[in-house]
Amino acid sequence: MTGVGGLLRFHLRRDWLMALWWCLGLTLLYWSQAVSVKGLYATQAEFDKAAASMEGNAAFIAMAGPARALNTVGGQVVWQASAFGAIAAGLMSMFLIGRHTRAEEESGRDELVRSGVVGQQAPLVAAMIVAMAANLVAGLLVALSLMSVPLDAADSLATGLGMTFCGWLFAATALVAAQLTQSTRAMYGIAGLVIAVAYVLRAIGDVGDPFLSWLSPIGWYQAMHPFSRLRWWPAVLLIAGTAVAAMAAYRLFVRRDIGGGLLADRPGPARAGAALASGFGLAWRLQRGSVIGWTIGMFLGGLSYGSIGNDIGDLVGDGEFAQDVLVQKGDLVDGFYATAILMLAIIAAGFSISSALRPRGEEDGGRGEPLLATGLSRSAWLGGHVAVTVLGTLLVLVASGLGLGVGNAMVTGDGGAVVRLGVPVLAQLAPVLVLSGLARLLYGVAPRLAQLAWVGLVLAFVVMLFGELLRLPQWLQDLSPFDHLAMVPAEDFRVVPVVVVALVAVALSAAGQLAFRRRDVG
Amino acid sequence: MTTSPVIEVHGLVKTFGRVRALDGLDLTVAPGEVHGFLGPNGAGKSTTIRVLLGLLRKDAGEVRLLGGDPWRDAAALHRRLAYVPGDVSLWPNLTGGEAIDLLGRLRGGLDEKRRAELVERFELDPTKKARSYSKGNRQKVALVAALASDVELLVLDEPTSGLDPIMEAVFQEYVESFRDGGGTVLLSSHILAEVERLGDRVSIIRAGRTVETGTLAELRHLTRTSISAEVDTPPAGLGGLTGVHDLAVDGHRVRFEVDSAELDAALRLLVAGGVRTLTSTPPTLEEMFLRHYGDELPELAEEEA
Repeated sequence: MTGVGGLLRFHLRRDWLMALWWCLGLTLLYWSQAVSVKGLYATQAEFDKAAASMEGNAAFIAMAGPARALNTVGGQVVWQASAFGAIAAGLMSMFLIGRHTRAEEESGRDELVRSGVVGQQAPLVAAMIVAMAANLVAGLLVALSLMSVPLDAADSLATGLGMTFCGWLFAATALVAAQLTQSTRAMYGIAGLVIAVAYVLRAIGDVGDPFLSWLSPIGWYQAMHPFSRLRWWPAVLLIAGTAVAAMAAYRLFVRRDIGGGLLADRPGPARAGAALASGFGLAWRLQRGSVIGWTIGMFLGGLSYGSIGNDIGDLVGDGEFAQDVLVQKGDLVDGFYATAILMLAIIAAGFSISSALRPRGEEDGGRGEPLLATGLSRSAWLGGHVAVTVLGTLLVLVASGLGLGVGNAMVTGDGGAVVRLGVPVLAQLAPVLVLSGLARLLYGVAPRLAQLAWVGLVLAFVVMLFGELLRLPQWLQDLSPFDHLAMVPAEDFRVVPVVVVALVAVALSAAGQLAFRRRDVG
Repeated sequence: MTTSPVIEVHGLVKTFGRVRALDGLDLTVAPGEVHGFLGPNGAGKSTTIRVLLGLLRKDAGEVRLLGGDPWRDAAALHRRLAYVPGDVSLWPNLTGGEAIDLLGRLRGGLDEKRRAELVERFELDPTKKARSYSKGNRQKVALVAALASDVELLVLDEPTSGLDPIMEAVFQEYVESFRDGGGTVLLSSHILAEVERLGDRVSIIRAGRTVETGTLAELRHLTRTSISAEVDTPPAGLGGLTGVHDLAVDGHRVRFEVDSAELDAALRLLVAGGVRTLTSTPPTLEEMFLRHYGDELPELAEEEA
């Protein structure tokens, strides 16, 4: 145990800012739910109606958790925030543990530390203490923020501490993962999988067999039932689980070499596959993980929007703000889905921009130079990345449209929704590519400024949410490429704006590629 | 085989903002030679190479590579050369073997037999992800990809800075056999012994300008030989020669350094005194290098002051 104190001070200096952001983010997650729910419904009768509609929606329950006391603010907060809060706390724990154990070993810094006056288990213990402390602070902040709403103190405390204990357990499982693998990435893979399985188990359990929810730490947290006959004993499960997993991590640790993992690093192929022979082949290989991840994520996002079904009227109540933001044009249901499509498209632009900035990462990392010194021309190198960006964006949009349509069809039983809601998403390819085209232009002309491309996304987001509400000047709204398209299905589809916006996208991208061919590389 | 230079650079200028990285640099590399490209850090070696590869655009001067314009004909010219950067960055999630194949294929194909041989000689595990490679191993990946390609020119920017001496010997062996097969090599290096062993001709650059160029033998004319001798009578007048430096006489022992131009005169004086033993150390590039910059730096400081 020698050296734990010194390591703790050192970790705290490296981590305090990052941990602070995590804690504030988690607090905001819970607190914003409380505040927004409080303002959403004018009367309790309206609230009861919305709650009844939510309770009957299996998709919501699978996503969030067991439906309890949904006609109270506290019940809503726990329902909407607890599963995601547990996941976020788990991720924070995973990164903190990984950062101070496996990442240190992989980089070789750990060896340097261990050569000092530091006990064998000290790095492990210090990492665990840091993760536990961060989760405790986050949980207490959550509790305090809920009390300030004001909500019942004991229930608020249970909501916060339940999240803390969940974070502890995931910290301990991450510590186990850190003993298994040699690379930090693989460790995050295993630790992340544990969190994902915990989430999915309780999702299936909550809509089907309750037994499965009892296999999940997130299920234990939600079984504490804050704000609806609170009980503390499931917290014991979380704490006991933490102790068991931490012990297991220690037992594994003493069996392995420093720097090594219990699972051998899987060797990769000694020869490249046939596809790895062109600019496109390499760009696809580099981006495929991100394309697949975004495609799955956006499908699920679409699914969750779609599964709200046609009950949107009951859910939003008559609150003017909600109406203004969620339903901008046309009748309630069509207006809501037009906004949902826009929202999905703007999120998809996040993928498109980051994909368009990938060549910059490659160039910055010095991996462009050896390639451009081969027979691969500049245009072919960048063109490969452009092709992956365009195809990937299309794939991500198709997935979100499909999710939206399928989710809606599942709830309403109307199969036509797949086409009616799914197809309009495709028209959004044009404005999304304007944003990534802007990123490419910046990269081609002034790579140092390439990150400014994100400003385009922020602008589009602000215009969508607040354009009408804040009566932003028309020219500012016109700057968002999304603002020119018809709000399908609330409005009829118009071809011309899509074509014009698509041409702008092509022009931006072409200008960026031309500029790239003329500038210094590296 | 053409006899026109493989690389021809005249008065090359490249500026980055207000910094003049290359200031009228000249470089000529003839076919079939290993040309050592020497200079201290920041002298402009890598910048020159990047201009030659068409990665950077020249501001002024003439640059010809393999008879073409390195900026305009970049991709076509690159099929005829292979480049190994000083600090090799690889794709973390590709294995070493995959990176070798990728680089080779984009260059127009690899000699399979040589590839297998090089992987074995360099003791490289091609199934490991590049993430877990050390600097030396990343360099080996680039070297295997370059040396297994069928090209006319190798451009090597400090290619052995991460290799251990055994691997360095393997590297030298392959560069020699590449040259013996008619290939041309531009070898930028800090490891002077390497240039001494491999280099046919050398260009020394400093602050973006070529300060010396020629064969190693030619350059040695500019350098000093160390002489240590035991004589019957210490010769008088040795200290009077202009080319003799650091003369130390200790009884019968005489030690001094002499400019190559005055070597003959100095030896005649020595022989007149009756030589019992004699050791002479030929100038190493290292000394030449040190003297080159060692002598000029104070001057420069004076100029600036």
